[in-house]
Amino acid sequence: MKKSVWIFAGLLLPVLSWASGGAIHPNDDIDIDWDDKASMQRGAALFVNYCMGCHSLEYMRYNRMGKDLGISDELLRENLIFTTSKDGEQTKVGEQMKINMDKAYAETAFGTAPPDLTLIARSRGPHWLYNYLRGFYVDETRPFGVNNSVFPNVGMPHVLLGLEGLKKAVTETHKDAEGNEKQVIVGFEKISEGSMSEAEYDQAVKDLVSFLDYVGEPIKQKRKNVGTGVLIFLFIFLILAILLKKEYWKDVH
Amino acid sequence: MSNQNSLLGWIDARFPLTKMWNEHLAQYYAPKNFNFWYYFGSLALLVLVLQIVTGIFLTMQYKPDGALAFGSVEYIMRDVDWGWLIRYLHSTGASFFFIVVYLHMFRGMMYGSYQKPRELVWLFGMFIFLALMAEAFMGYLLPWGQMSYWGAQVIISLFGAIPVIGDDITLFIRGDYVISDATLNRFFALHVIAVPIILLALVVMHIIALHEVGSNNPDGIDIKKLKDENGVPLDGIPFHPYYSVKDIVGVAGFLIIFSSVVFFFPEMKGYFLEHANFVPANPFKTPEHIAPVWYFTPFYAILRAVPDKLLGVIAMFAAIVMLFLLPWFDRGKVRSIRYRSGAFKLLLAIFVISFIGLGYLGALPPTVGRTWAARLFTFGYFGYFIALWFISKNENTKPVPERVTS
Repeated sequence: MKKSVWIFAGLLLPVLSWASGGAIHPNDDIDIDWDDKASMQRGAALFVNYCMGCHSLEYMRYNRMGKDLGISDELLRENLIFTTSKDGEQTKVGEQMKINMDKAYAETAFGTAPPDLTLIARSRGPHWLYNYLRGFYVDETRPFGVNNSVFPNVGMPHVLLGLEGLKKAVTETHKDAEGNEKQVIVGFEKISEGSMSEAEYDQAVKDLVSFLDYVGEPIKQKRKNVGTGVLIFLFIFLILAILLKKEYWKDVH
Repeated sequence: MSNQNSLLGWIDARFPLTKMWNEHLAQYYAPKNFNFWYYFGSLALLVLVLQIVTGIFLTMQYKPDGALAFGSVEYIMRDVDWGWLIRYLHSTGASFFFIVVYLHMFRGMMYGSYQKPRELVWLFGMFIFLALMAEAFMGYLLPWGQMSYWGAQVIISLFGAIPVIGDDITLFIRGDYVISDATLNRFFALHVIAVPIILLALVVMHIIALHEVGSNNPDGIDIKKLKDENGVPLDGIPFHPYYSVKDIVGVAGFLIIFSSVVFFFPEMKGYFLEHANFVPANPFKTPEHIAPVWYFTPFYAILRAVPDKLLGVIAMFAAIVMLFLLPWFDRGKVRSIRYRSGAFKLLLAIFVISFIGLGYLGALPPTVGRTWAARLFTFGYFGYFIALWFISKNENTKPVPERVTS
């Protein structure tokens, strides 16, 4: 237990440091509250209404979501399940949240098929999603008339346009390391109003991202609860193990 | 009691149960001065058992099929009862296996545990390390995410640098012209059957070789030189119960750290489970930055530090060969760092800094500055072995005590 222990504790340093991206606008932090089920329920409603035409959650089951977020099977059927089988029968609550859009059609329509979003919060992270969904701005050169500051030239239209309204980008000329001039987006200016105020829209996006964060790992909250119990047990076990060792080692000199 | 005795007697007449128990536990005399660094051997065994047990349960639900593999992992995470726990134990266990093994190897380097007569203990250990790297590499393909796919693509293509037969070797490993379902199936077979069997056999040999020559200790002295009238080393204590109860303390401490990661940080900020691996494998879309998992990054950094691909591959393999040859690079007669020269301490410090530095750089995208830093650390890594050969011949050591110190 000497210096060498601390030298090797340094081995963990690269594990603990995690560099994040550069200066992209918007770049606001999001703090997800896993106890706020109401927010996740609103996010679920937004998702099935605005996203699920194109994006599936193919590893997520409706009734698992219902159980975790406190939504009854009846409410799921009445308000959240819009897909049907080929015979027109409503998708059952025990099924996965798949969509009916054909992949080949999706590729023709958008250039690339909209990805499944079950794990998007784990691959991109909530921070990225929160800013991406607030980063759409008018750009007439793009097929859908909008571009995105977080994901330039993305194939996705601004689906939440009716809620947020339209923005145009405010740019500044910056010089990069090699001295080349570049147009950098530093802010947005509203050019038309949506049905929500800016604060309301930010909250709606936060609800949606909270929901996606939940969908990415539905077990997250339970995992931490179980972990707390496990750690309490292990600390008691450690104390007993130390006492047992001391008892045995009394006669070693 | 008599029942038990007669049962034991019945077994002992047919199988050397008591004999083995005594040889390896109750009458295996270990030095009484083991310190913190001596926990990692038993902990490596614990993690091995953990990986095997969790692996068995994962195999019951996992599908080794290019079209189903990714989904079956999510099925385990969501629909299998406690499947998330089994999977996180296994994925976190892989990283902790390397943490524990690296610390275990460092202990050997500090206290000269590879020196005569423990060269074979060290060699078996090195083969375990090699098997472990193969096991981890093939296991990482199984979740069939983007980093699984492209990481394997990068590593397998390294064999393509071998002149003349390189391309045929990569084809042989993949079983296809690209990483595909065929690759996934064979990696699954190797990961769940072939390599674990080799690993277990090597662990048995590692322990048999160790118990034949006896454990080293932080003073690096031979406790068998001084024995009492019964032939028991004066500084030795029976492994069981003394070290079995002491190792339970180590296990408890280890499990606290391990569980903290499993339950609170299973992704470990993208180092244990990389973010890009939550996207299904896509042969047509290369990720922006392909980084191997953290435990391979020191060797990956050496590969990238060398400008020529073939020479880089040779340097990377040489880095591991050097470790194999450590018992012969070190010509010193004194084992423990406690009684060795300042030059040895300095060299070991340079080695540790180089190894950690390489590990850090290997996880980052290369820049000109980083590549030069990696070259410096590569020089430090290899320099350790070469310089050790020179300084250890006539090393200015301190007097080694007769008996172990506390």
